[in-house]
Amino acid sequence: MIELQDVTHRFGDLTVLKGVTLELSERRIGVIGSNGSGKSTFARLLNGLQIPTSGHVLVDGQNTRHQARAIRRKVGFVFQNPENQIVFPIVEEDLAFGMKNLKLDQSVISQRIDAVLERYDLTAFKQHPAHLLSGGQKQLLAISGVLVMDPKYIVFDEPTTLLDLRNKRRISQAIAELSQSVVMVTHDLDLLGDFDRVIVFHDGRVAADDVPRVAINRYKALLCP
Amino acid sequence: MMSLYSPGETALHRLPAGTKLLGLVLAGTSLFFVADIVVLSGALILVCGAYLVANMTVKTLFAQLRPILWIVLILFVAQAFINGWQAGLVVVLRLMNLILLAALITLTTRVSEMTDTLEWAIQPLGWVGVDPRKISLVISMAIRFIPLISQITAEVREAQRARGIEKSIVALAIPVVIRTLKMADDIADAMEARGFDADPR
Repeated sequence: MIELQDVTHRFGDLTVLKGVTLELSERRIGVIGSNGSGKSTFARLLNGLQIPTSGHVLVDGQNTRHQARAIRRKVGFVFQNPENQIVFPIVEEDLAFGMKNLKLDQSVISQRIDAVLERYDLTAFKQHPAHLLSGGQKQLLAISGVLVMDPKYIVFDEPTTLLDLRNKRRISQAIAELSQSVVMVTHDLDLLGDFDRVIVFHDGRVAADDVPRVAINRYKALLCP
Repeated sequence: MMSLYSPGETALHRLPAGTKLLGLVLAGTSLFFVADIVVLSGALILVCGAYLVANMTVKTLFAQLRPILWIVLILFVAQAFINGWQAGLVVVLRLMNLILLAALITLTTRVSEMTDTLEWAIQPLGWVGVDPRKISLVISMAIRFIPLISQITAEVREAQRARGIEKSIVALAIPVVIRTLKMADDIADAMEARGFDADPR
């Protein structure tokens, strides 16, 4: 379980999160809010990419303030723009990157690469230059790069924002099929229909925390009072 | 868009990166001890043959020479004036041999294999504080991000044309640099998120 205990986060004079306390234990959690509401900062706190100015973020009891490296191995993170998270020129090389950081055996690395490429129908692109993939394929590669590290939780920060409708469906289906616990920040309300819980951020605070239908209605009311 | 590695299953693709790089060093050094036009031409034919062995097209072969055509021409003319046409031809043949050989290695070797070999080769520099892992990563990333930065440049140029700015280095450079720096920040985050420790302990 991921817990936030009275978390406040500031960038200079700007307070983006104000005393947020949450327990995240459901399998599918959506996070919505207008631009600047603090939801991306919230996501980045979950795997220690950001350490809160005050308060604590605990992942299975481990504190991101002291054990960020260990937590990052447990909490995968998929960013909005896949271009910025594909580090190596060739698909296979990029998939191996995270696993090499985990110091896994080459045989395990090869086996996981083959399995994930097959899962997402990308086997033909194993030796392909990553920059020549389509937008949807790049995002699938980014997700694959996280999946091969076998995380327990995966945080998605607006994973479909840059995609067309077809690829949006493809990615949302891929996310739906994941066995990991998922926390997804998104502006795409359609993706959240069958989620277990949706948290609405507004002005750095949790404005609603409920089942999708109720939370989304509250969000709409906040945007258009 | 540039693409360096050309996937394949040929003998040249399978040859270990270290062997290929060592071969390049040896061939490159030997070339400078040979000044015989016939031998150098023979070597060029062999190198071209190696492209066929690696399943590369003639088009790919010429594509490797295109960027240096002007340099080759200028060198030939300059040498021909100073030392005679034979000397010019020797210089040009040496250069073409070297460029084609180096390009063939790039075309048949994955970046990760190349950097793994490099990492191994520069290990001794660890004694003077150089981190071979970081150097090989920097090289891989430079190759990965060349197409992306050229894409950013193209996008910025297009956006500026749409606003009536045709040619302005400053107007082009500032947004490109800002976007590249922002991208570098995001990449650093993504690498951290994928378990990369800049300072492993």
